[in-house]
Order: sequence, then structure tokens, then C-alpha cells
Amino acid sequence: MSAPTDAVDLSARGGTASGRLDLFTQLRRDPWALAGLIVVAVFVLAAIFAPLITAINGQNPYDYNLHALDSSGAPKGWGGGISWRHWFGVEPLTGRDLFSIVVYGGRLSLSVGVLATLVAVAIGVLVGLTAGYFGGWYDRVASRVVDVLLGFPALIFIIALTAVVSANFPRPVLIVLVMGFFSWPSVARVVRGQVLSLKQRTFVVASEAMGAGDGHVLWRQLLPNVGATIIVYATILVPSMIGFEAALSFLGVGVPPPTPSWGRAIGTSVQWFSTDPGYLVFPGGALFLITLGLNAFGDGLRDALDPRTSRRRGILHRIAPRSARTHGRQRKVTA
Amino acid sequence: MRIARLVTSRLVGVVLVLLVVTAITFVIFYLLPSNPAQLSCGKPCTPENLARAKQFLGLDLPWYGQFWEFLRGIVMGRTFGTGADAIVCNAPCFGYSFQLNTPVTELILTRFPVTASIAVGAAALWFVSGVAGGTIAAVWRRKAPDRAIMTVAIAGVSSPAYLVGMLLILLFGFTLGWLPTGGYEPFGDDPVQWFLHLLLPWTALAFISSAVYARLTRSELVEQLGLDYVRTARAKGLGEGAVVMRHGLRNALIPVVTLFGLDLGTLLGGAVISERVFSMQGLGALLLDSIGRLDLQVIVGITLFSAFLIAIANVVVDIVYGLIDPRVRAA
Repeated sequence: MSAPTDAVDLSARGGTASGRLDLFTQLRRDPWALAGLIVVAVFVLAAIFAPLITAINGQNPYDYNLHALDSSGAPKGWGGGISWRHWFGVEPLTGRDLFSIVVYGGRLSLSVGVLATLVAVAIGVLVGLTAGYFGGWYDRVASRVVDVLLGFPALIFIIALTAVVSANFPRPVLIVLVMGFFSWPSVARVVRGQVLSLKQRTFVVASEAMGAGDGHVLWRQLLPNVGATIIVYATILVPSMIGFEAALSFLGVGVPPPTPSWGRAIGTSVQWFSTDPGYLVFPGGALFLITLGLNAFGDGLRDALDPRTSRRRGILHRIAPRSARTHGRQRKVTA
Repeated sequence: MRIARLVTSRLVGVVLVLLVVTAITFVIFYLLPSNPAQLSCGKPCTPENLARAKQFLGLDLPWYGQFWEFLRGIVMGRTFGTGADAIVCNAPCFGYSFQLNTPVTELILTRFPVTASIAVGAAALWFVSGVAGGTIAAVWRRKAPDRAIMTVAIAGVSSPAYLVGMLLILLFGFTLGWLPTGGYEPFGDDPVQWFLHLLLPWTALAFISSAVYARLTRSELVEQLGLDYVRTARAKGLGEGAVVMRHGLRNALIPVVTLFGLDLGTLLGGAVISERVFSMQGLGALLLDSIGRLDLQVIVGITLFSAFLIAIANVVVDIVYGLIDPRVRAA
């Protein structure tokens, strides 16, 4: 980690071949980041191939297996009904295969997490780039909006929103949109800060002097140079979005059944966990592992791109404290 | 004088923010096609009842009239309906629950001590442990204490509060039987039971949040300790403890305090998840119940109340800044 890198130049050139190589070398030396990446890769593959994986055992997350339950509705057998047919046991009351629920639940968590992050990053980058570049009253208005939204009780507001939005509006879309909407301000703030310092740099000034239009400068000069920051930022946003979705489902206002969801499984397990802790442990463990993997990978990526860890200072030096700050802001919504 | 000006300008700012927040909340919950009259008309909802509810709620007014009534209610109180069935809602009137026949403000105030007990205790615990952990990690950077603390911290950052809470209940409540598994005991009734009931929620919240604070404190302190003024302090012979505590930490804590203000403000507005896990009847539980009943006035009231708390927390943080940081005072 202490090896000198070209992280600053990497960002300034928008990621040249040598810069990218450097990044991978750095990541490879970071066992935490590597482990995180492997965990994430396993979950992504499991989510993509969920029907194939559950078919190995002839299971799916929707079919009831009432024969696996006793008369009180609790799973028969050890560990919540763990057997060669049901690797993680079965769900109380319905007998649905818990392994299938966990594997399919990853599809929901990952897709909602990634899509909400994309929404947040798209709005945040657009607002941050233009506010930083154009400045003036537009910047002042945008910054004020960012401040207001950062101080908004997002969790309370989203829960309240679920009460009034029509049931015909697809719930996953609603969740992606509102989570993305409440998360773009921190992205906009970081991007704006970087653009403010980038637009003083010679390559931007030269480009403007040669007669480039605003669109060219924004798209071709500035955007590629904030790319590294955006990637680090997005990596850190995904786990907080996953946690957010799980929290909503836990509270019973997320994606409705029968779509398998980790958060909902954990929420239902509240009534069972003194008799059937397995029902809490497997979905909970999956949620914890994917979040941990993404966080570890995000930390490693940030360290690799952060000049402070290589004793060099540059435009990226603000990432670490900023991202930590937002990280806090994202985390606390699930308190 | 400067402090007075700072306070005034922040207060003006916060009033503007609150107006915007109130307007957004009002538009989304009362003007979008959610039909508040239908929701508060009760069962059975006959057409006469519906018309009565509409007039009662002031929904026969144009939208600006409705918004004005709503704002005026918060500041001066309002009266729903006229004559003998009139319902008076005293200021600050955040609405009236027709299902529970209670002003929303009263509902919020009866639930608030529960949420405040959870939030304040947890916040104190996570602030102290987070800052202490972050400081130790920064001072022994890249040594064993740093690695240990940061490993715990990344686990904390990655765990959902409810998962930690449920595992704590499972261990200390069901298995060991040392602590109650849920519920709330008012402080006035029995301070010892109050404390015992809150110990697990505090621990669960502090575990996940102090991780964030430890990471933030560490990264800020590491940055501060590399700056020239710290070298000057060391060069003039100041002990390492004084350098870290009096110089480094004081500057490193500025962003930590910002985050703390916002987090505490948010949590005071409803510890939704902890209240659910530990079966405590606070603001968050009230919100979830109201959603189940579609009690729109209560939902809006809680949303606004929590937005107000965050705005107030922001002002307090800004003023505290002005007191501890001369640069802010001058600006």
C-alpha cells in the first residue's frame, strides 16, 4: 500500500492503460479488497444463475413444502429443517426453501442497490458537473438544494411515501427512484468540489481558449477526470443502498411478497427467532457478507486511488474524508 | 455581536429550509391524488361522511388556501369544522388524527420520550466509543490496535442495526436471560428498569454507528497529525498526548460533530428500526402504525416533526462551530 503510485495522474488522464495496470497491482496487494471482490463476485454470479443453482436441488423460492413443517408451523428437524433437500432449512409457516429464498433475494438486493446507485450517480454527476463549471446563481441554488436534501429525514419520508403512492405503481421502481433521489446530493457535492479545482487546470483553460463549447469541456475534459472519484463513490454507495432496501423490506414497506427479499425474511424471522434462529442467520448472514464485501472492496479501491496513502497530494485528496462523511450519512438511515 | 449575527442568519436560513420542506411534504401528501378526505373519513365511509370530512379538513379550499391553513395551524393552531362538532387543535398543530381523536402534536409528545431515550443514550455511547476508537487507531496507525479497531469498524459499518439488535436479544435476552427482550419502561416509573430495557438498543445502535465515527475520526486525525502546525507543536516540546488531544483532535472533530448533529437529529425523529426490533412504542412505531391505518395526518406530522428536528440540529451544530472555530465566526 505504501508503494508510490500515479493515482493523481491516473485521474488527470482519465485512466490510461498504465494507470489502470497500476490500480490492479495495488488492489492485488490488498488482501481485504481482494477478498471483498471475490465475495461480491460470488454473490453476483449466484444472483445471475439463481434458477440454475436452485435447480440443482429441484427447489424454487415460491413452492410451499408443508410436509417439512410440524403442526405449529415451525420447520421439522435441526437448524430450521436443514436437510439434503433444503440446504438452509425452510421458511416457517410456508415451508418454502430458504436456500432458494436467499439466492433469489440476492437478485432483488443487488439489482435495486445497483440501479438506485446509478440513479443517484447520474443526477449527482449532472448537477455537480454543471454547478461546479457554470457557477453563479445556478451553483448557489444547486448547493442550497443539496443542503436541504442532505438534512431530510430520508427513511421517515420514504416510509411515509409508501403509504400514499398508488399500489399500482411498481414498488421496486418506486424504491429505486426514491433511494436514488435522496442519495444524489452527496455525489453532487463531491463532483462539484472536484470540478471547482479542475476548471482552473491548464488543460481545461487551454480547451476553452481553443474555442471548445461548454458541452465539449463538460463531457470530454471534465467528466473523464472525475471518473475515478465517481467509481469509488458508486462502490461505496451500492452497499448502503442494499442496506436501505433491506431495511425497508424489514419494516414491511419494501418490495411486496412473494418476491424473495432478505430484509423481509429477517423481518418475519422476528417472530420465530427464539425457536428457529436459522431463519434469521441465513438471510442476515447473506446481507452482512455482501455489504462487508462491497465495503472492503470500496475501501481498497479508495486507498488505491487516494494519493494520501502514497504520500502524494492532488485533486483526489478530498475523497477519503468526504466519502467517509457520506458513508456515515448513508449508514445512519438504517438506524 | 458576531455570535448574535451568526445565530440570526442561521435562524433565518432554517426558517426558509423548513418552509421548503413543509411545502414539499404538503404537496406530496395532501395535493397528489392520495385523497386525504377518503383516508380520514372513517368507516363506514358514506358520501355524507366524505363530504363532511372534506369540509372539516378544509379541502374545499383552493390549494393555496389549504397550504395557508396548514402553515397557520403550525404557528397559531387551527380549528377543524365549525359549531358544536368543531375540533380545536392547539399550536403547534401538526394535524389531527380523526381515527384516534387526538391532535398529532399530542401523539408525538407522548411517544417522544421513548425515542429520545433510545436516541440520546445511543448517541452518547457511539460518540464516545467512536471517537476514542478512531483516536487510538490514528495514533497507532498501521499497528496492531489500528488493525483491530478498523476490522471491528468495517464489520460494524456492514451490519444492519436490526440484525445486531436481534442477535443481542437472542444472546442476552433468550439464551442468557440477563436483560429484557423488549419493551420500554418510563424513567419516572423505575429508573433501573428504564436503563436495563434500553441497554440492548443502545448497544446495537452504538455498535453500527461508532464504526462510522471511528473511521471518520481516524481519517481526519491522521490528516491533521500530518500538518505543519502539529510538527510545530511537537518541535516546541509539547508532549504527544497534548499534541493529539489539544491540537489534532480538536480540529479533527469538526466534521465528526457535523455528522453527529445530523445523526442525532435524524434518530430523534424516529428510531424506526430499533423501535421495531425492541418493541418500543416510540415515534417510529407510531409512524409504522399510522401507515398500517393510513392515518395521513399523523404520517405528515411525524415527517415534518423529524425534518424540524434535523433542521434544529443543524442550527445547533452551526452555532457550536462558531463557538469552537474562530474561522467560522469571522466568516
